[in-house]
This record gives sequence, structure tokens and C-alpha cells, in this order.
Amino acid sequence: MIRTLGLVSGICGLIIVGSYQGTYDAVAANKRIAMERAVFKVVPAARSIEEYYALEGGSIAKAGASAPAGAVKFFAGYDESGKLVGVAAEGGAKGYADTVRIMFGYDPACQCVKNIGVVSMRETPGIGDKILVDRDFLANFKELDAGLNAEMSALAHEIKTVKHGSKTDAWQVDAISGATITSRAVGKAINDTAQALLPKLVPNIDKIGSKS
Amino acid sequence: MTTVATAKNWDEFMEGIWKQNPVFVMVLGMCPTLAVTVSAINAISMGLATTFVLIASCGLVSMMRNITPKEVRIAVYIVIIATFVTAVDYAIQAISLTLYDALGAFIQLIVVNCIILGRAEAHAARNPPVAAMTNATGMGAGFTIGLLALGVVREILGNGTLFGLSLFGEGFQPWVIMVLPPGGFFVLGSWLLLFSWRARRKQALEATHHA
Repeated sequence: MIRTLGLVSGICGLIIVGSYQGTYDAVAANKRIAMERAVFKVVPAARSIEEYYALEGGSIAKAGASAPAGAVKFFAGYDESGKLVGVAAEGGAKGYADTVRIMFGYDPACQCVKNIGVVSMRETPGIGDKILVDRDFLANFKELDAGLNAEMSALAHEIKTVKHGSKTDAWQVDAISGATITSRAVGKAINDTAQALLPKLVPNIDKIGSKS
Repeated sequence: MTTVATAKNWDEFMEGIWKQNPVFVMVLGMCPTLAVTVSAINAISMGLATTFVLIASCGLVSMMRNITPKEVRIAVYIVIIATFVTAVDYAIQAISLTLYDALGAFIQLIVVNCIILGRAEAHAARNPPVAAMTNATGMGAGFTIGLLALGVVREILGNGTLFGLSLFGEGFQPWVIMVLPPGGFFVLGSWLLLFSWRARRKQALEATHHA
């Protein structure tokens, strides 16, 4: 009995290690491609991207293997001449079924959020996943105000999702009727990440103004 | 001799596709059947993943059938099945992350798919590797066909597309409930109805012939 169990575990262990090793590179490449595709989608003017951490205390460091405590990861997008055209960051908030993880683009020129893309979600097909296709909803992210307050410690106005049809200000997100919870998750995800990232990033944005 | 062997293999293979189709006749593996069949491509991928695990694990179970003690056989089957599921899991991640996200937890849940454990216990443990793997291929194909039958109907009705290609143009109002969980039950119910209606009609015909 022991011999059989040992043999089975041995064979199975070999198969698992083999398949892990065999697919490791392809899986890592796939994940990177998916991430880069999301960044290029939300910063369409970018031709190349760099990964950075915005650190506690207001400095910016190139992303390495491990993230320092309190660091917020973001992507800087550069055009052909190496000039900064936009920043992309990831955020997540609880949606209807599970966490909705989104990528959004931030334009330093207008201090606003432009374009969003979904990194992962499990929202109801045909209802919650309208956040990807609903034209009225996506129109929210043409120029969503994300300006900082005078002290540069937080956003001047919290980004908030409001009920469908009641958007009055440039920092509000007009929800999709029937998919309010998912819409709210998108608003919250952007707000949380923007509140954490922008006060660290905006005062130092010149440091990454051109490609190093 | 060879023709007899081929005929036997053919029966072995066809058993899963028609006579004992896991979805429509045995009604096994309903969890992935209902959950991932929102589109034809998901259905095919899930079917192929399950087929691979079925063939590989039935082969290994069958090869080890003479040295596996009765007392620990289920543990051995589960370890073998879990191994191949892990391999499939990595393979799908390497092929396409979109597909991996769409199938979600149901790839890992192939481990507890009763079709596979059922085949290992009822067939592979009592037959030589070739027969076991032929039977597993048939079962896998039958499962894939079953999933595809649901996936195609649900994708067309619920989304207006087939394999992602739009069928009806702009004016089509998708029947959204078909891609939601209730739609899975509706479509599965309709297919089962069709199959049992056929079976009853066949019985009735035979009864009149005999009379």
C-alpha cells in the first residue's frame, strides 16, 4: 500500500512540476501582455510604458521585484519622443458578484481621469458587464475631474457614483440604470486609488516627465 | 480478430457519445454543464479540458489497477485526477488568460466532476489501458457535445452571437436570461425533454412491433 501510494505521489509530483515549469514563461508573458494591453487602452496616446511606485513621503521609484510598504504602483505612458502623455493605475472595489478590478488612465494636463478598462470582474453577463460597453457610462470617463485640493493632500472632490441621470458635477459618475452596484464599484475603485496615488504623484510628476 | 477488437473499441467509444452520454443520459457533471455554457467557445474549452483529464487519468488509473489496493483506491484516483487538473489549469493559463477568467473556478472543480471519478471507478479500474482510454475519449467527446449543445443555444439566444460572431445585426434584442443561470436550466431541460421523448417513442415503436 505504502509502495503504491509513494509511486502515485511520485508520478503525480513529476507531472505537476513538469507542467508548471513548461508553462511558466508563457503564463508570465500572458499576464504581462494583458496588463500592458489594459494600460495602452486607457492611455491611447502612449507608445511605450514604464512601471513605477509612488512611495510614502512623495518620492517615485522604478518598480522592482518587490513593492515597498505603502507604495502605489502605476504605469507611465510615453509617446514617440519620450514625453509623458498619461498615467495608468489599477483599482478594485466590491461589485455585485466579486471585486471589480479596473485600470484607469489619468491625464496630468487636465488633472482628470480619461478612459477605463476592466482588469478582472465576475459581474452578471448582460447586466453588470455593461460597464464595458454602455456608451453613456463610458462618457463619464472622457474628462472625469480628479483635481487635488490646495494642500495637495487629497482630491478636491471625492469621485462618486450617483444614480442614473442625476450627475451634476464633473467629478461625479453617472451610474448605469439597472447596474448601479457595479457602477458604484467602478467609482469607488477609481476614487480609492486616486486618493492614494495622486497626492504622492502630482507634486512629483516632473520627475517622470520624460522617459529615462 | 482485429475486426472484433476494432468493433469492440468502437462500441467502447460510442457508448459515451450516444448510449450513455454523460450530459443527456447519465445527467452527470451538471455543475460545469450549467455554469460555463454561456458561450460556445467556453463550452468547447471546458469540454476539451475535461476530456483531457478523463483520458489521462483513466489511462493512469488503468495502468496502476493491479497494484492499487482496494482500501486506498479512491485516494489514488483523486490524486491522479487532481494532478491532471493542475496540468490543465496551467495549460489554459498559458494559452489564454481571457479564457481562464471565463472558466474561473470550474477548471479546478474538474477534480470533483463525477464523470471522471465515475469512469475511473466503474471502467478504468477494471479494464486494460487501451479500452479505458477509448471509453474515456468517448465519454469526453460526449460531454463536449453536450456542453456545446447548451452553449450554442444559450449564446445564440442570449447574446445574438455564435463563437463571438454577431448573427442578427443591430436590431436584435438579446434574450438576456438565457446567459444567466436560469437559462442554463431552461436549455438543459429542453434538451433532456427531446432525448426522453425520443427514448419513449422508440420504446413505443418496439412495443407495437412485438405486439
